[in-house]
Amino acid sequence: MRLTVNGTEHEVDVEPDMPLLWVLRDELNITGPKYGCGIAQCGACTVHVDGFAVRSCQLAIGDLVGEVTTIEGLGTPDNLHAVQQAWIEHQVAQCGYCQSGQIMQAADLLAANPQPSDADIDAVMGGNLCRCGTYPRIRAAIHSAAARLQEA
Amino acid sequence: MASLGKIARRTFLIGSAAVAGGVAFGVYAARQPFPNPNLDDLGDGAVSFNPWVVIDNERVTLVAPHADKGQGIFSAQAALIAEELDIDLDQVEISFGEPDRAYFNTAITEAAAGFPMYDMSPTAERVRGFLGGVAKLAFPMMATGGSSAIPDVYDKLRQAGATARETLKLAASQESGVPVAELRTERGAVILPDGTEMPYTALAATAARIEPVMGVVLRDPADWRLAGRPMERVDIVRKSTGTLTYGIDFRTEDMRFATIKVNPRQGGALNGYDATEAEAMPGVERTVEITGGVAVVANNTWRAFRAANAIQFDWGDAPYPAEQEAHWDHLAGIFDDEHLNAEARVEGDVDAAEGEEISGEYRSPYIAHAPLEPLNATVLVTDTRVDIWTGHQIQMFAEQIVSEITGVDQENVHLHNHFIGGSFGHRLEFEFIRQAAEIANQMRGVPIQMTYSREEDFAHDFPRHITMGRGVAKVLNGQVNSLDVQIAGQSVMRSQMGRMGFNLPGPDTQLHEGAWDAPMFNLPNLRVRSYRTEALAPVSSWRAVGAGPNVFIYETLLDEAIHAAGADPLEERIRLMGHDVSVGVLEAVGEMCGWSGPNIGEGRGRGVAYGFSFGVAVATIVEVTHTDAGIRLDHVWMAADVGQVIDPVNLENLAQGGVVFGLGHAINCEITYSDGMAQQTNYHAHEGMRIWQCPPIEFRALETNPKIRGFGEPPIPPSAPALGNAIFAATGQRIREMPFNKHIDFV
Ligand code: FES
Ligand code: FES
Repeated sequence: MRLTVNGTEHEVDVEPDMPLLWVLRDELNITGPKYGCGIAQCGACTVHVDGFAVRSCQLAIGDLVGEVTTIEGLGTPDNLHAVQQAWIEHQVAQCGYCQSGQIMQAADLLAANPQPSDADIDAVMGGNLCRCGTYPRIRAAIHSAAARLQEA
Repeated sequence: MASLGKIARRTFLIGSAAVAGGVAFGVYAARQPFPNPNLDDLGDGAVSFNPWVVIDNERVTLVAPHADKGQGIFSAQAALIAEELDIDLDQVEISFGEPDRAYFNTAITEAAAGFPMYDMSPTAERVRGFLGGVAKLAFPMMATGGSSAIPDVYDKLRQAGATARETLKLAASQESGVPVAELRTERGAVILPDGTEMPYTALAATAARIEPVMGVVLRDPADWRLAGRPMERVDIVRKSTGTLTYGIDFRTEDMRFATIKVNPRQGGALNGYDATEAEAMPGVERTVEITGGVAVVANNTWRAFRAANAIQFDWGDAPYPAEQEAHWDHLAGIFDDEHLNAEARVEGDVDAAEGEEISGEYRSPYIAHAPLEPLNATVLVTDTRVDIWTGHQIQMFAEQIVSEITGVDQENVHLHNHFIGGSFGHRLEFEFIRQAAEIANQMRGVPIQMTYSREEDFAHDFPRHITMGRGVAKVLNGQVNSLDVQIAGQSVMRSQMGRMGFNLPGPDTQLHEGAWDAPMFNLPNLRVRSYRTEALAPVSSWRAVGAGPNVFIYETLLDEAIHAAGADPLEERIRLMGHDVSVGVLEAVGEMCGWSGPNIGEGRGRGVAYGFSFGVAVATIVEVTHTDAGIRLDHVWMAADVGQVIDPVNLENLAQGGVVFGLGHAINCEITYSDGMAQQTNYHAHEGMRIWQCPPIEFRALETNPKIRGFGEPPIPPSAPALGNAIFAATGQRIREMPFNKHIDFV
């Protein structure tokens, strides 16, 4: 089976019903996307498929159509995405385990809605659980990232 | 350069040690020789010394041994060293180091001293010092927990930095001939009067040969350049780019992915199983029997999960009541002398006190820890050495357990600590490491990464202990005159320490923590008694431990009494308190929200609660509106006093997160047992707060506390009662049981 992740093509030998998350983590060693619940309740596994946020624990590899971007492909420590810059500026993370998913979801939100209100943020980010409770900072960081993207 | 592990294990000396091409600095010379087998080859009179700064000719390494599960202690430790060392955090490497007794926690025993933590009397301080000494000799525990990391390292790490700095200056003076008094230090270099820079790395070899400079006077926090103001945490970029390696992300050559299933009736037997189908599934290498269950070893975690679900099990019964109602019935029956844990506080005479009586019964359920990173550990066992890659809060004890399982000397068992994706107490437990080691021990030479499925994480969590409270208050002449509080609960410390093989003597102080030590110096009649059982489900420390349930019970009863007295909830608390630091936080939170009483309009209300835990006074006010769709959280204000603040941004993050955690669980989380098994299997049934429920949360830190304190847990306890009290103000409905959504809807 073939898939493209962060611009690189990979060949994997797996059952078609293996979720994309486990292809990424355990077959390709791309560990930015996290396992939190496996049942679409936490959002820690969120990646982009052709730019749209998807719960990779729910997408069977056999059903994948499109190119995958993970947090590692969104931006790097030397070349940060605007959302990542905002996350750093607001010191959002505590344990950080949910934040790959939060950032991927937020990037998707801003692509669709460059100036989201708090209500828009709450609606779109509601599926991303943060057990450490960083929600106030997530909201603030999304507003900052929106402003940053407007300037750019 | 010698590995940090080698230095930590082998180097016991005063001040500094030569390492290959460099020098290691510590500061905290123990007053007495450490009765430590590692010392044997050093001879008599050796003194233990903790290395936190290692400099060789290439780099400066700071050792930050406390476990970081999101509380930011990794960065804080490095900042405290760097503050005195005059180096910036972008110039150093920072390591968790290797577990060693030298890093034992001197602050964690403080709470066990039997004095309220605000009591600074000479007697209380002497007992604390004595306990710390006993702990050092009997059981020096390297541990992160009980919000004790900051108090533990605050002086030690600054002294490590200061000793290193002054010794490097002395080395520079010897090399350059310039007197020490004319030297200064900046950004990792000693600077000569003519501006010449001598980098620390170039001075390491000389520094290793000279007597270290001890007893350096620490800088006044007012002169700090790094700490005490907003800092960019050193892990924040990695945590914002998916590049941080948690234990679950660890990868090594030929590693196998495994998972386990043990009896969901906790502690029950494994009577039998059939793994035929599982073993035939794709990618499955084999199944392995472990204590109380079975592991599947595969080439992918998901394949291991799937195969584990295909095993047919015959599980034995639970060694506790099978149905939840029986747990409550049991607690209701232990408010008697036979089960008395402690009469923890007696002021005046609650029985003789006069006044109108108000009484209530309160319930705090079992709750899961459920940090987002499921429990996992990677273990490689060979005949002579074991490596463990995981995140844990009591690292050396984990090494000891693995040594016992494998028969490999503890000295050759190496735990490589990792950042932890949340704990809330879960990573104080050892079961997951035990299980990973049992698998790896049966497959020597093969690295095994064992990961719990989320379902296993819920089924096999040791939740927060279950608690029932009974209270009688008396009000007289518009004031609260008496509080009589009784708390019955499953003993969390006996359950948890029992799994570690300890038989805890005496009362379990967690069963009255947060209630017995609420200052309330002006309340004439006060009694706090606790009752203990061990007959219920196994439980564990859950963020804030006893103070969580107990502050809920105490502060709800107090609020009912204040209402009955017709007094103002904030003013009456301030009047009762008589403790300056506590009055300070109550007044501050009132000012922050512009307090004008609990009733602020039709269907709207504000609730106050105060909590004292881990030495920190916290006051919280929650504002809610009763809408057609249920209770909506509008705003939260919190004031707390931790003493000196190391990083105000991180502190605010912990405050906000603590409110979210405290409120989220109070609203909708509980673990209930049926047929001996937890009925909640994943986050859909134990959700906590989501972003759309999260109100704005404002925080103010006061700095009048005479001792510096940790803040991982103190924000939790007052959150739930502040919400319950706000709901009462808005609706007139008094909720005495968590989770609140059993009694009222939330938006
Ligand atoms: S792991 Fe995919 S939503 Fe939780
Ligand atoms: S930062 Fe820990 S779960 Fe979100």
